Amino acid sequence: MKQLVILGAGTAGTMMANHLVRKLDKQEWALTIVDEHKTHYYQPGFLFIPFGTYTEQDVCKPKTKFIPKGVTHVDAGIDQVKPDANEVLLKNGNTLPYDILIIATGSKIVPDETQGMLGDGWRRDIFDFYTIEGATALRDRLKEWKGGKLVIHLNEMPIKCPVAPLEFTLLAEAFLTQQGTRDATEIHYLSPLSEAFTKHNCSVVLGGMLTDKKITFVPDFQCERIDAANKKIVSYDEREVEYDLLVTIPTNMGDDCMARSGLGDDLNFVPTDKHTLQSKAHANIFAIGDATNLPSSKAGSVAHFQADVLTENIQRFIAGKPLEPGFDGHANCFIESGYNKAFLIDFNYDVEPVEGAFPLPVVGPFKLLKETWINHMGKLAFRWIYWNMLLKGIPMPGITTKMSLVGKKINKQKGA
Amino acid sequence: MPTADIAGVTVDVNEEGYLTDPSQWTKPVGEAIAAELGIAPMTEGHWKLIDFLQKDYAAQGQMPTIRRVKNAGGIPIKELYELYPGGPLKKASKIAGLPKPASCV
Ligand SMILES: Cc1cc2nc3c(=O)[nH]c(=O)nc-3n(C[C@H](O)[C@H](O)[C@H](O)COP(=O)(O)OP(=O)(O)OC[C@H]3O[C@@H](n4cnc5c(N)ncnc54)[C@H](O)[C@@H]3O)c2cc1C
Repeated sequence: MKQLVILGAGTAGTMMANHLVRKLDKQEWALTIVDEHKTHYYQPGFLFIPFGTYTEQDVCKPKTKFIPKGVTHVDAGIDQVKPDANEVLLKNGNTLPYDILIIATGSKIVPDETQGMLGDGWRRDIFDFYTIEGATALRDRLKEWKGGKLVIHLNEMPIKCPVAPLEFTLLAEAFLTQQGTRDATEIHYLSPLSEAFTKHNCSVVLGGMLTDKKITFVPDFQCERIDAANKKIVSYDEREVEYDLLVTIPTNMGDDCMARSGLGDDLNFVPTDKHTLQSKAHANIFAIGDATNLPSSKAGSVAHFQADVLTENIQRFIAGKPLEPGFDGHANCFIESGYNKAFLIDFNYDVEPVEGAFPLPVVGPFKLLKETWINHMGKLAFRWIYWNMLLKGIPMPGITTKMSLVGKKINKQKGA
Repeated sequence: MPTADIAGVTVDVNEEGYLTDPSQWTKPVGEAIAAELGIAPMTEGHWKLIDFLQKDYAAQGQMPTIRRVKNAGGIPIKELYELYPGGPLKKASKIAGLPKPASCV
């Protein structure tokens, strides 16, 4: 038997297991998936937990529920990959040999990368919402908020779900308004970028919203350290911003096991071909989802498009055929903007977010780059779709792997 | 494609004034762009970053991040901000004749 091993049973790894179990010859290939955590989190739901919209139960399910029959599930930590020996060393001392390896170990926050972030202030007046623990602690803190200076801070790019900090900011504004504490709260949004978002078209729209909602945007803020004792965040060019409550998106990194394996870059992300998803270092190692260094968004929807391409390419690799450069960087993200409205953006490596309708030209029902109620309903429906269709690899009607330009207002584009 | 006359040579630039062909770059071109950005004179410390950016871009095919400048280039971030106040990589990549660093994604 030949061995195909998937590292990580999160969004991307689980989708690959579901796709490949249907496509590969069971007589010839044994599939194994490894993960050290028992719970599968619906991470997009973390955004809603601080405001009480979702609870822990809404975003947690056992991983085993989504791993298909015919795939061996190994519940263990990954110590490292030994690419020259074609084996994976587990933290429990076992080894797993492989013929083909798929890396899907995701990305995680590393608050320790910023001086002063972890310490007395952590989860007292400094919070993240990228983990279940952070999101629930922040919910409890927001319950007792009476007003003051709320600072939302993006530490370093890239991060998973690059729209999440802006969504959090807009949702917080709406939440505080509903709670009656908005007038007593100053909201500041600090970013190392020069604009509100990484895509210019979007920045114009979203940056305008920040202004309209009297949220102070502080661009080009490269954080050097946090002075937790004096509740100040300090940039390399010596600007200081005081806070009463700091909601930060710390540096995101790939798992340490990639560094130990010699497979990661400066942030432990795996250098990967941006169109075929083959790792740059080894022909029989592929990478998908947040674990890669691709210049595409780190998002579940992106991993979903990548999974289609990777499933095809694994089969081609096995058959000795040339790989298909099928991934175009397609991303499709809802952006919650508060008051039961949301935006939807659709873009790829070369085409910036534009106006139009999605998924069907003209008809929609979703409107691109416009704030509507139906987009918000789409975002909420995404949770059901995630658990019931996306993870299981069930195709979604009308949504194509490659970005479609039909029904979109394409003007002069430039790549990002 | 727009062009610009910088330090007596005609170079291809994009709408933000970044060179689109790194091979057209010369040191005087870099110096002239730096002066326009208010960075003069270019000291040894300034050139160290330019040199690293050019070498790393040639080797990797993409612009390094600030983190990479620190780790692989060995230049402390604090120093970058002292040398190139208000956006070190944006300014330095322009002076180096390289693309503006895409914060991408
Ligand atoms: C707040 C927030 C909001 C988001 N909103 C959206 C959204 O609206 N839309 C959207 O499309 N995406 C969104 N995302 C992003 C989305 O959740 C991720 O892009 C997606 O989950 C990536 O899937 P992945 O499989 O690459 O990584 P993950 O799902 O994180 O899976 C990685 C897996 O690898 C395992 N692992 C890692 N290292 C090891 C090891 N050493 N040993 C064993 N196991 C290991 C982990 O336990 C984990 O199960 C959001 C994310 C966050 C945090």
